[in-house]
Amino acid sequence: MSKSSRPFRGFFRSLLLCLLVFVAACGSERNDPYPLSERDQNILYSAFVGRPKHLDPVQSYVEDESVFTAQIYEPPLQYHYLKRPYDLIPGTAVSVPKPEYYDASGLRLPDDAPSGRIASSVYEVRIRPGILYQPHPAFAVDADGRLVYDALDEKKLAGIDAIADFERTGSRELTADDYIYQIKRLAHPRLHSPIFGLMAGHIVGLKELGESLQRDAKTLPANVWIDLDAYPLEGVTRVDRYTWRVKLRGRYPQFLYWLAMPFFAPVPREADKFYSQPGMAERNLTLDWYPVGTGPYMLTENDPNRRMTLERNPNFHGETYPCEGADGDAEAGFLADCGRALPFIDKAVFTREREGIPYWNKFLQGYYDASGISSDSFDQAVRLNVGGDVQLSDEMEARGIRLLTSVDASTFYMGFNLADPLVGGSGAGVGAERARKLRQAVSIAIDQEEFISIFMNGRGIPAMTPLPPGIFGFHEGEEGINRVVYDWSSGHARRKPIEEARRLLAEAGWPSGRDAKTGEPLVLNLDTTVGGMGDKSRLDWLTRCFARINVQLVVRSTDFNRFQDKLNKGSVQLFYLGWNADYPDPENFFFLLSGNEGVLLRGGENKSNYANAEFDRLFATMKDMDNTPERLKIIDRMNRILQNDAPWVFGFHPKTYTLAHAWLHNRKPNNVANNTLKYQRIDVAQRAERRREWNIPVVWPLALVGIAFAAALYPAMIVYRRRERATACGDAERNRSA
Amino acid sequence: MFAYLVRRLLYAIPILIGVNIITFTLFFVVNTPDDMARMQLGIRRVTQEAIDKWKIERGYDKPLFMNRQASGAGVLTDTIFFTKSARLFVGDFGRAEDGRDISKEIASRMGPSLAVAVPTFLLGIFVAVIFALVLVFFRASRLDFWGVVLCVAMMSISGLFYIIGGQYLVSRLWRLVPISGYAAGLDAWKFLVLPVVIGVVSGIGASTRLYRAFFLEEIGKDYVRTARAKGLSEAVVLFRHVLKNALIPILTGVVVVIPLLFMGSLLTESFFGIPGLGSYTIDAIRAQDFSIVRAMVFIGSVLYIVGLVLTDISYVLVDPRIRLE
Repeated sequence: MSKSSRPFRGFFRSLLLCLLVFVAACGSERNDPYPLSERDQNILYSAFVGRPKHLDPVQSYVEDESVFTAQIYEPPLQYHYLKRPYDLIPGTAVSVPKPEYYDASGLRLPDDAPSGRIASSVYEVRIRPGILYQPHPAFAVDADGRLVYDALDEKKLAGIDAIADFERTGSRELTADDYIYQIKRLAHPRLHSPIFGLMAGHIVGLKELGESLQRDAKTLPANVWIDLDAYPLEGVTRVDRYTWRVKLRGRYPQFLYWLAMPFFAPVPREADKFYSQPGMAERNLTLDWYPVGTGPYMLTENDPNRRMTLERNPNFHGETYPCEGADGDAEAGFLADCGRALPFIDKAVFTREREGIPYWNKFLQGYYDASGISSDSFDQAVRLNVGGDVQLSDEMEARGIRLLTSVDASTFYMGFNLADPLVGGSGAGVGAERARKLRQAVSIAIDQEEFISIFMNGRGIPAMTPLPPGIFGFHEGEEGINRVVYDWSSGHARRKPIEEARRLLAEAGWPSGRDAKTGEPLVLNLDTTVGGMGDKSRLDWLTRCFARINVQLVVRSTDFNRFQDKLNKGSVQLFYLGWNADYPDPENFFFLLSGNEGVLLRGGENKSNYANAEFDRLFATMKDMDNTPERLKIIDRMNRILQNDAPWVFGFHPKTYTLAHAWLHNRKPNNVANNTLKYQRIDVAQRAERRREWNIPVVWPLALVGIAFAAALYPAMIVYRRRERATACGDAERNRSA
Repeated sequence: MFAYLVRRLLYAIPILIGVNIITFTLFFVVNTPDDMARMQLGIRRVTQEAIDKWKIERGYDKPLFMNRQASGAGVLTDTIFFTKSARLFVGDFGRAEDGRDISKEIASRMGPSLAVAVPTFLLGIFVAVIFALVLVFFRASRLDFWGVVLCVAMMSISGLFYIIGGQYLVSRLWRLVPISGYAAGLDAWKFLVLPVVIGVVSGIGASTRLYRAFFLEEIGKDYVRTARAKGLSEAVVLFRHVLKNALIPILTGVVVVIPLLFMGSLLTESFFGIPGLGSYTIDAIRAQDFSIVRAMVFIGSVLYIVGLVLTDISYVLVDPRIRLE
């Protein structure tokens, strides 16, 4: 090769060397995204999409955050992992507390006293002794028992960027004071607990505490710790080291469900004070970032942009796997670990995956233990059989993947704004009866079954009432259908024919979609957010549904902020919304339609501004009742009222499909509880074997690329040499001279 | 040149103030402080009282630009704009609305962004220059023709296609590298190989065509003919002489981009799970976090100005005919 070709030669040699190094490094599982040191360890791998905003239990309220907080914090109560309907059982509490009722004079009332007589309810919670917090520097003490890190300053914090950088840790026993402290934190003016408003209406003295703290906070610098123990809270009292009482106004049986949520998990004052020291917030060392709990896991790595890691809490008090479950659980293997100590998994690594494609592919390679199914991968994952049931695809079955399905404790609906003169008929509007029939006609015209089939791959069930399956008051079969919209025929609910909708519309005064008096066409406006229900294909479909009854639908797309604003001001006509249950009680759905929750009058959650005196009366009775046959009767009556009044077009209850690898055991879908990690178990050996089997690298394409490159290079080199040797006179002259 | 640089830096101040005003105005045209509060507090069970408290605590209860109830300088300083923007100019980005330190967040995300962007940038230039020189060497041949066709085809394909196709082939089918993820330190290499390769490949088409045009322009000049007349080989002519002179437009084109490498790439980082700065601004806009948005726009503006100044300096360095005055 001539001197002039050296630059090429050097480049190609380097390239070849790089390829050889890469190929030589190709052992098995080259695509393993986890460190080699973690291989074959008892670690669960999962992913998260949205960055959690709050890990402080006083603020955290969304599922993205509960995935973490529910494993770390322990409220007094929890839900039974396997039983359905959902059953409350003790968490840190000794037992599920029973309320004591008192009248206005303070006299104890019997348990079955009518709600009208009950002035206050008292719940006494006794927690189990001996429960310890996770190791944490906030508890570290010196030989004299004094806290080591309770007087930090910038100098002492030098070199500290994370909790793990503190040399010493400690722990202490959980006490009743920690729960009381946390309840007071609900009223903390700088923490903005989302349930403060709600709880201030129930817990005696909480509102006053909030006002008092607000007043004092104004006089204090923003970063100064407020010692909540210095502020009394009338309704919450300490009985002894392990027992506390909470006094509520009137009767509020749903309070027990709140006691199973992280809002009522204990927070030690040492931790609160520890994080409030100067210099801590500047280092992102806050309770919102590094939780301190008594649960089975503790957060040891918090990089919400990349990875969050939960590790087994060495101080966990111990719990055993349940031995009872719902029907079919034993056959499904959910009781195989009965009585075994929890948790099973040593560590859970959550990696942030913003996109569905990498998430799905890593699941298929065995690098995630479970996955949802996005619409992109739906056809690859499942297929519908002849009977319309969902089955795993052959590829998934061959990999031993299991399909877990459950109907969410959620409801999605299209709401009518009853304050609107047209669809609500109020004021100088069309009148209540005409508006009601119009709403019923629309309810029939919007074919939810078709919507679920086309846009949700069948992952949902049409809603007949606000109540999803699993909630007391939900009925299967003929008993549960919405008779305004459906008929029962051949063992199935059949949507009423479109002629019925047209008839109702004509009765409402719009025959063929035109005003019977003026001949004006009926135009309805749907306000929606872009990118939500605003997807064009869905809206086109919806417009066609309305067109079937000759009603013109005008879609008014707007951004999320304006949409919220319009809802709050009642300046919408139709809108789409959904609701996820806080707890498995019908009250948590019916309150969305309670007159006392009207968004226009009360600023509440009833965005439809629906008000029906009978419904409200029944609601007031029902919400204070236990799940008895009497309560069921009331719920049934409330459902009939709603179906008849049709303030919502009942949409659907979404179904969640989860895929789990064969090595992941005890994963049962749970739509209410989030502390489910402790029950899950991994067969590490099986996973390692499958991963090795599924991830053998394919090296030949690299060789092929090299060969193709060389093949392209060879003629180029020939041309290059020929040019280099060519003379100004060309080849003929050179040959002649030779 | 020093006086020129000082003047350019002084020009930057009104530009940054202007950018800040525009960002502020645009943000608050779309979002009101009430919207921000609602987003931070959550949609469920949020009362107006809680919203008002949040606004007071964060200083969003003040007027936007002008406080008519204040006196003296307070008319301008006791406003959301002043209180939220003034500290930017001393490098204090403050805290995000969720309470986290923005400077710390930027510092932690900058590393991963640079880990992808720098090798992609350098390798991209290197490979594109080599390819362009090869095409120029074989100019007016079939190789040149088909090379240009390939370049046009490559630049016509969406970057997303390269990413998804690359992930599918290299990670899913061939299982050679992880499909996404990131690790700190040297362990990062296996996560960076694929995004860097894809970044380079997806950029080859456009860059090669551009550089080829630069080289072709140079190759017809007298000094090249002189070099050939001296008996130098074509490779030496191209790599020593043409490349050196064609670097002037290349260099000035790429220098302006260098500071912006810090900002990362939204698409690449999202698909490859790189915890960089690429998505920071988008996430903040979605979360209606004005503190982050203004900080990132400010940094972006500063980096762009720095890029322009560096470009000017690079002109001087590579072309002795140019003087900055």
